[in-house]
Amino acid sequence: MKLSRLLATVLVATALPTSIGMLHAAEPAGVFDQVQAAKNRIDFVFTQMGVPVNGRFGKAKVDLVFDAATPTKSTVKLDLDLGSIDAGSSDANQEVVGKPWFDLKNFPSATFVSSAVKPLGGNRYEMTGKLSIKGKTRDVTTPITVTQKGNTAVFDGGFTLKRLEFAIGDGSWSDTSVVADEVKVSFHVEADRRAAGK
Amino acid sequence: MQAPDRYATRAVLVHWLTALLVLSALPLGFYMSGLPLSPTKLQLISYHKWLGVTVLLLFLPRLLFRLTRPVPSPVESAPLWQRKVATITHGLLYALMFAVPLSGWLMSSAKGFPVVYLGVLPLPDLVGKDQALGDFFKAAHEALTFGLLTLVGLHVAAALKHHVIDRDETLVRMVPVLKRSN
Repeated sequence: MKLSRLLATVLVATALPTSIGMLHAAEPAGVFDQVQAAKNRIDFVFTQMGVPVNGRFGKAKVDLVFDAATPTKSTVKLDLDLGSIDAGSSDANQEVVGKPWFDLKNFPSATFVSSAVKPLGGNRYEMTGKLSIKGKTRDVTTPITVTQKGNTAVFDGGFTLKRLEFAIGDGSWSDTSVVADEVKVSFHVEADRRAAGK
Repeated sequence: MQAPDRYATRAVLVHWLTALLVLSALPLGFYMSGLPLSPTKLQLISYHKWLGVTVLLLFLPRLLFRLTRPVPSPVESAPLWQRKVATITHGLLYALMFAVPLSGWLMSSAKGFPVVYLGVLPLPDLVGKDQALGDFFKAAHEALTFGLLTLVGLHVAAALKHHVIDRDETLVRMVPVLKRSN
């Protein structure tokens, strides 16, 4: 009897701080808007002749406000430097700047502006916004997972984009049996907590 | 084991199937590498890879068959040095039949393009993406291909020489329909 009570006390004593710690980690407090530009990652996977090919954008300007108290009021504004693309090979990198693809001369950047955030439960959210590429604007929706690492909130998500909706790769490249219409986009953004009193 | 006087039907079939695949993949490879990037080029590169992987798939059963079954001995009228050259050529052809497609696969992996056989079966990447390694395997693939081309030329020239100049049975053993009526 005594032993079991002792055991219970020990269990509660060890479990309590742990659960408080977990609670803290699951629900970050404060406003996170200090985007760590060097840690931004925007990757994509496209499919050519059934072969998945990885690419990424090296330069993106991300403005983000995530208030842990009212996550549905979070906003994101993205300005993506399309010239920073790596489409998987030097051949492809030369090709994609041209008119049939991104037409970089006329459309050097792509933008995303969020319009709504919906909670999906836990630390998962669904963000909708307007994505503009090559003069065409479409609504896109993406799930986002928010995790906190100390004073940093980490945002990860991904969605599938249909390249032909933005005329990316038109003309002879619009043959989706060679380059598939669906392009998987994924992103990773880290933002530090705004200092108190600001 | 008694050496037969002609090749087994299975050996004849796989020889000519490999010949067809190699003689399709070689010109396709030369042609496509000179093209500017286009949807057609991407298609041709894929076809080239599928041909190469098929050669690789045929290689192992072919090698096992070659090593476990008796093959006809070289015709007796041929001088010893020619028989030795023939043995070396055949050995090198086998080695390159394996090394050329394998170096192509390695090059593809290193350049960050997985090989998806017939557009449906993803093959494992043999090495991770690495530009320097990709350039190395590209050079290796080209050098080995040049070697294969040279040996195929030698192989074909020797076969024709046996048939047309020596008028012996060497080619007939691999092309039974050429059998001369005595």
